[in-house]
Amino acid sequence: MGAIQNKLEGPVSDELTLVRAAKQGDDSAFEELVRRYDRNVFRIAQHITQNREDAEDVVQEAFLKAYGNLQKFQEQSKFYTWLVRIAVNEALMKLRRKKPERTVSLDEDIKTEDDSLPREIADWSPNPEQQYTQAELREILSKTIQGLPPGFRTVFVLRDVEGLSTEETAAALELSVPAVKSRLLRARLQLRERLGRFFQRRENNGDGNRGDGNQ
Amino acid sequence: MKCAEFLHELTNYLDGVIDENTKVELENHLSWCHNCYVVCDTTKKTIEIYRDSQLYELPEDLRGKLRAAIMTKCQQHKKRGPESA
Repeated sequence: MGAIQNKLEGPVSDELTLVRAAKQGDDSAFEELVRRYDRNVFRIAQHITQNREDAEDVVQEAFLKAYGNLQKFQEQSKFYTWLVRIAVNEALMKLRRKKPERTVSLDEDIKTEDDSLPREIADWSPNPEQQYTQAELREILSKTIQGLPPGFRTVFVLRDVEGLSTEETAAALELSVPAVKSRLLRARLQLRERLGRFFQRRENNGDGNRGDGNQ
Repeated sequence: MKCAEFLHELTNYLDGVIDENTKVELENHLSWCHNCYVVCDTTKKTIEIYRDSQLYELPEDLRGKLRAAIMTKCQQHKKRGPESA
């Protein structure tokens, strides 16, 4: 079983050229940075807020904040990591405003008990996602990740969906590397277990194979 | 190697950041422990399904509108001066 490949794209040096031009007042360079990262920021924001309008707001606010604070960007990290940090904070603030009864933070619901073995160990069908239409699959994936605490799904989306390294994720979330690894493991195992309800191999391959999961 | 130890290393294993000796031990464990094999395999599939899902893609028309709005606000910010960041 091979390692999962990350999917981050775009040469870093080119990014720095754009950032420096933008700092000098070149707005077309900044617009190029928006073009380069708007889709990533939107995905991250929607994963955290679970709401499309909020995600749109986060995209705007994050880029505007980056623009306004560009002179403070020290160039010690990648611009993208810095931008992600701003976007995650904006997204968590949205979430806090919506759920004032609960304090939403990256530390929420993070339990530190010893790792326990997953309870569900049934195997999946060979190509489980093909049992569903695209729309059904999106619904399943969206509902499933919504069930994770924000601190877990944020780590998962940065590492596994956006392809940031563990170190970059730690820097973006101001967490330690071991904390990122621990949360990532828990997020992955929880998602795996929840998806199992839909994707498990069934002996009887006839009716009832759609696995609506009775959510 | 026990299952709990395997699980502890699972993330490093899937991310390919593991030393050769530990990798050999893990793969030895996987060769006889069906439960861990299934957990490892389905966790890997979980990651791949999410990564390839194109969940929450930004539609091109909305993307254009957002970018225009961002750049307009940036211009306004520039005119007002840096104190309004």
